[in-house]
Amino acid sequence: MSLDEPKGQIAFTLNGTDMSLAAAPTTRLSDMLRNSAGARDVKVGCNAGDCGACTVLLDGEPVCACITAAGQAEGRKVETQAGLVGADEDALRLAQAFQRHQAAQCGICTPGMMVSAIALLRSGEVLTEDKVADALGGVLCRCTGYRKIIAAVLDAGGAAPTDDAPADGAVGAPVARLDGWPKVSGAELFGDDVAPADALTLRVIRSPFHRAGFTFGDLDAYRDAAGLDLILTAADVPGENCFGTIPGFEDQPVFAEGETRFKGEAVAAIVGRAEALATLPDFPVTWEERPANLTPKGAAQAAQLHPTRADNLMCRGLVRRGDAAGAMAQAAHVVSGDFSTGFIEHAYIEPEAATARRVGDRIEVQCCTQAPFMNRDGLAGILGLPPEAVRIVPTATGGGFGSKLDLTAQPFVALAAWKLNRPVRIAYTRTESIATSTKRHPSEVHMEIGTDETGRILAARFDGTFNTGAYASWGPTVANRVPIHASGPYLTPNYEANSAGIHTNTAPSGAFRGFGVPQSAVAQEQLYDLLAEKLGMDRLDFRRMNCLTNGAPTVTGQVFDTGMGIDACFDALKPAWDRALAEAEAFNATHADRKRGVGVAGGWYGCGNTSMSNPSTIRAGVTPAGDLILHQGAIDIGQGSNTVISQIFAEALGVPVSQVTLIGPDTDVTPDAGKTSASRQTFITGNAARLAGEALRSQILRLGNVGEGAVIAFADGAVELTEDGVTRRIDLPQAEGYALEVVESYDPPTLPLDENGQGEPYAVFGTAAQMVELEVDMELGTVKLLNFTAAHDVGRAINPLLVEGQIEGGIAQGLGLALMEEFLPGRTENLHDYLIPTIGDVPPVQSIIIESGDAHGPYGAKGLGEHCLIPTAPAVLNAIAHASGARIHHLPATPDRVRAAILAARDQATA
Amino acid sequence: MTLQRPESIDAALALLAEGGGTILAGGTDVYPALRDATPPECMIDVTGIEGLRDISLRDGIWRLGAATTWTDIVRAELPQLFTGLKLAAREVGSVQIQNTGTLAGNICNASPAADGVPTLMALDTQVEIMGPEGRRAVMLQDFIKGPRAVDLGAGEMITALLIPDRAGQGAFLKLGSRRYLVISIAMVSAVIKSDDGVISRAAISVGACSPVAFRATALEEALVGADAAAVAGLVQAADLPDLTPITDVRASASYRQDAVRTLVTRTIHQAMEPPHVAG
Repeated sequence: MSLDEPKGQIAFTLNGTDMSLAAAPTTRLSDMLRNSAGARDVKVGCNAGDCGACTVLLDGEPVCACITAAGQAEGRKVETQAGLVGADEDALRLAQAFQRHQAAQCGICTPGMMVSAIALLRSGEVLTEDKVADALGGVLCRCTGYRKIIAAVLDAGGAAPTDDAPADGAVGAPVARLDGWPKVSGAELFGDDVAPADALTLRVIRSPFHRAGFTFGDLDAYRDAAGLDLILTAADVPGENCFGTIPGFEDQPVFAEGETRFKGEAVAAIVGRAEALATLPDFPVTWEERPANLTPKGAAQAAQLHPTRADNLMCRGLVRRGDAAGAMAQAAHVVSGDFSTGFIEHAYIEPEAATARRVGDRIEVQCCTQAPFMNRDGLAGILGLPPEAVRIVPTATGGGFGSKLDLTAQPFVALAAWKLNRPVRIAYTRTESIATSTKRHPSEVHMEIGTDETGRILAARFDGTFNTGAYASWGPTVANRVPIHASGPYLTPNYEANSAGIHTNTAPSGAFRGFGVPQSAVAQEQLYDLLAEKLGMDRLDFRRMNCLTNGAPTVTGQVFDTGMGIDACFDALKPAWDRALAEAEAFNATHADRKRGVGVAGGWYGCGNTSMSNPSTIRAGVTPAGDLILHQGAIDIGQGSNTVISQIFAEALGVPVSQVTLIGPDTDVTPDAGKTSASRQTFITGNAARLAGEALRSQILRLGNVGEGAVIAFADGAVELTEDGVTRRIDLPQAEGYALEVVESYDPPTLPLDENGQGEPYAVFGTAAQMVELEVDMELGTVKLLNFTAAHDVGRAINPLLVEGQIEGGIAQGLGLALMEEFLPGRTENLHDYLIPTIGDVPPVQSIIIESGDAHGPYGAKGLGEHCLIPTAPAVLNAIAHASGARIHHLPATPDRVRAAILAARDQATA
Repeated sequence: MTLQRPESIDAALALLAEGGGTILAGGTDVYPALRDATPPECMIDVTGIEGLRDISLRDGIWRLGAATTWTDIVRAELPQLFTGLKLAAREVGSVQIQNTGTLAGNICNASPAADGVPTLMALDTQVEIMGPEGRRAVMLQDFIKGPRAVDLGAGEMITALLIPDRAGQGAFLKLGSRRYLVISIAMVSAVIKSDDGVISRAAISVGACSPVAFRATALEEALVGADAAAVAGLVQAADLPDLTPITDVRASASYRQDAVRTLVTRTIHQAMEPPHVAG
């Protein structure tokens, strides 16, 4: 058949409306719904039935639209999230419950979750947690940890629809997400939801080998024969064919030149109509596979990846304090061990996507991102344009966790749209996303810790090697951060920590929630358990005795007079700890095949970038009509910055948060609020928002010549100021643009580190202690998690429900790191071989919010992104050891590894 | 691109005879196997065939139509013999997969880790095939010839699964690294008939530990006459020549060797428990 042959008509009912669409009947139902019917609330996360984001009801039953033929919908009823919420009482009630519980974070899985839950609600079954889990088990979520989703569905099973999610409230109130309703109603637009109908599609040609030389055939002839609009290679990059994230370490080409350095690296891109791309002959490239090195072990002998980096050493990090070797020699008790972790994939449910269009001499890119200004500047360098000529308009971002900081799809579409002067789109496939996006660094750690006779830590030595992959990305950050954090939140007077980032022929390792700190905690916190065991001390008491307190120096010599709250975190766990230990002991006395254990771990994390300026700027204005506008550029990838920043701003201004209208993010209209990373937005952008709110308040009070205590309200064309029971109306100036406007910035105070890594790298540390109860099947090595108790010092909880959401989501990622996740280059490039926790894998989480305040944070608030997963994996591993005697050094603790460790421990016990 | 939707087996066979096309049922294997590529030019959707989703018992033989989905099994009223099949049905992927994925499709895909195969094997399932040469039936063990290889000729299609109605209770255990949407490390299914706590007939099958799921025939014979307390010892001692697991991303071969015997014992015990109230 020819491409021009008319497609058949498929008649079906979509959300109650009869449809007849021209679509190929064998195409995926998800494609037809999105592209022909315009139902962009049907999300595509994997095209393989692995993630459930595309779930729709087909004649009332949940199915994955991505693995259903469009023609199979003929004559049938299709319902999607947006249609259901618009017309179905169960769905409306569910949407309201999702808002009330903050069950949507980024929102990309929400359509699949809600559609699946609606089928359950309609069944009329009596709801239990198990039934909810069974019904929603086919939908993956990477943000929430599922607990709030379960709560929302159970809640929706009850009463009549009530729109009672708190829409207002000051700092400290669990205000519903200000950006939540689009996510629960199906209106939210993500990276692949915004492309115009006339956009051309781009596809990337990628290396099938870990390392290869390549030569192209006749590209022009191929382009013409295939009916393509454009082929891009390195030769088509007008600026620098190079990007990166850390100054001095920009080393990644948009298109490889001469040799590819990892499997999946781009060498070319093709652009054309989607139909032309569907049936293409093989791309004219000849590959010459070359020897590749995938681990740091062989790196010094392997071919050098970058000319200036001998032995494939990217960089090193060091923190040295006191005399670690001397003190270790004097220690009464010393433990040491080797630990390793593998590549961890971010596995956000939204694959990378971008659309670009040329507007005169500027290029505009809509994309999911965590760092719009960094993306802007990176694209400007690639395109050879000034930064002002590049506009980044972020869409909703369906999860990021660090990997959507880096440029991925944006350069390709920007180059193509620039050349063609037509809109160009791309959405990565799941395989493409996993194969090419940055990863958590694999780690190989040797660590040694010594105490005196009473159990006080005397010294710690840490040596960590991190596989940074083919390009630097955020590798230097990992190398810097790890030595600062590898002591854990404990007083360690003598300390030496060395780190090294090593290049290999794998996808680049970059930023992933913790920048290497979760990996170092796996070593340090397990060794702490071994020390407590040696000392015959309770493991929680041992940590409590050694933890940092106000006034005690960190390993970089930094002293906090306030806000070091890890002692309070451990204290908060004590009642649950004692109960859990007693319960485990009682259980174990009567069970042989299954054993219960309890594990604890602490963690800390410096908020913001390490020892460098990283300011945020917030702009706000009042229109002549009296509308209050907040230009909020801190990207909300689900964590809640749209809500938190608005709450802080409203508090400082002294108005209800419901008065705030959010604008942005958009590099043309929102000032630079920096990156959404390193737990910096609440702290740094929050401070900018506080300053902006205070400045605007001062302006308004001056305008009315009223005192500090006056109450501000906005009316039509005026501000109303109430003081001492008297309300005055002040007409707003009728200006172009804003009648009143403020722009405020905040940059955290830090000091550089000296040659021994001594200094003040962060203005704020957040701390956490988590404990887990679990059960190990001694015969099969399987681990069943029973309960988490998580105490987090957040300084001040701006929005406690968002805090809980971060904790639960971090725990879910941490337990994935501990138990199941490992990316193997070239092998686990899909979501059925690369496993992340499902709704049945995350047990109840009891969050304990500690509010110890902070000297710098807005209203005392600290950041809370990375902290939530740092203690999780070591707590799980410590509990496994407590239950079974099996100490897992090399992650993940899959059933085969746990069983092997159980058998090894038994052999050792009987030897 | 065409999607034929025949309403009778004869019509489907006629289309297959014309030069065919890919048979499509739930799509839960066909589409993922495309790996984002364009779907095949021509597919034949068999889910609209009259009666192909029926479950019936006649002359001592249960007949499960080829388009029977896993959800159909979960919802059907079936005797204890099928308890293992129902448990397996609930472990297939997710509700979404169970709603469209079919038993016959699971067999045709012939993955070594197919969730449905061990249980159907323990039920002595025969595969009914129609084609140009008419009707034939083969034992499931013979139908699956190897990984991704089945005894289905040009122009043929599965029309039903045939299971002898017998006394006994089925059981199923799946071992994976997470709760839902997980490919098995190992699976075991059992059908046990016991009288006063003594096994009189046993069918044991193991999946994901060999190129094709297998029946543990020597163990089945050894179990006759045993009570629950004797099971573990017999399983430990059993010769399992077909147990030939590989090391893959899910588990090591040695672990599978070790874990399978635990699973077998537990599955047999599960099959000897008093029947649960249907729920």
